[in-house]
Amino acid sequence: MSPPPWQAEVYAALKSAGIRQIGYVPDAGHAHLIEAAHADPDMQAVVLTTEEEGIALAAGAWLGGQRAALLMQSSGVGNCINMLSLPVNCRMPLLTLVTMRGEWGEFNPWQVPMGRATPAVLTAAGVHVHPADHPGEAAETVAAAAALAFDSAVPVAVLFGQRLIGAKVFVQ
Amino acid sequence: MNAPGALDRRAVVAALLHEPGDLLVVTGLGAPGYDAAAAGDQALNFYLWGAMGGAAMVGLGLALAQPDRRVLVLTGDGEMLMGIGSLATIAVAGAPNLAIAVLDNGRYGETGAQHSHTAQGTDLAAVASACGWRSTATAFTMAEVEALRARLLSEPLFAVIRISPAESPRALPPRDGAHLADRFRRALGVAPP
Repeated sequence: MSPPPWQAEVYAALKSAGIRQIGYVPDAGHAHLIEAAHADPDMQAVVLTTEEEGIALAAGAWLGGQRAALLMQSSGVGNCINMLSLPVNCRMPLLTLVTMRGEWGEFNPWQVPMGRATPAVLTAAGVHVHPADHPGEAAETVAAAAALAFDSAVPVAVLFGQRLIGAKVFVQ
Repeated sequence: MNAPGALDRRAVVAALLHEPGDLLVVTGLGAPGYDAAAAGDQALNFYLWGAMGGAAMVGLGLALAQPDRRVLVLTGDGEMLMGIGSLATIAVAGAPNLAIAVLDNGRYGETGAQHSHTAQGTDLAAVASACGWRSTATAFTMAEVEALRARLLSEPLFAVIRISPAESPRALPPRDGAHLADRFRRALGVAPP
């Protein structure tokens, strides 16, 4: 099954923004981006054991003159909170694309608390939050978030809603 | 219980960072940063004063971005334990220009010298090896540290250096993160004019 066009547009937006490293904890909603990153000889794709590793990876990339992006699910946002002191305190850019769970048609109640808290905890930690809930706005939101992050040296999260990516379906 | 190490941390770091050349250095929070500052503060040292568990991954992002430069992460056992998963991440990512040296005193030195896991049986070099690091080492003597230095500057090596739990006088590096990042990027020539 080919991915929906907006996912290819998002990868193109990351390329246009000059992203050279992508750290990720896998998520079905990011499957196309992860596959594209691994297939791209000009991209370093780094699989992480936990999401905060990606915050530190992005900081190191910036120190070395490259731009990185971090892909994760909303459940991983909670793992990142203390590590977000790194880009905030060091006035470094951070671009993270977050696939949401627990907010639109969620089947699994265990996903709901972190999904509900995600925008608030990111904001409280000093991260700018840009939601994207419709296919037509996904790539332009990523492009705007990248510009804000790298031109103004701030952390920015794009939240891909379940309305956009499709709520996970469990077959009983 | 593992017997505590005997090496003087300042002597170890002074030996490792003697004539650093164009080496890029990332230090984990606490005493490893003080040790690097005591050995000689320089723009290509990036000191973490927080973000515990992140030093090795900062080193990886930097090493991937600068494949022609050597990167050395200097951190403590407590900081490395908090980022223990990054040992697997880095082994899989495979950056040939990145080495990690853990100054292992078996203590959380900043918080009252409580015993860490490495004082109680955890062997970080064995963990790194099991995570896929092909090259690991443990040093107990200054002669072994001197031998490690050349390897840390040429191999993707994970090294544990067993230092004494004794505290050294504070030698505080700059702690403004924006300043540290900016001076590092300027010294590396990657900051915009």
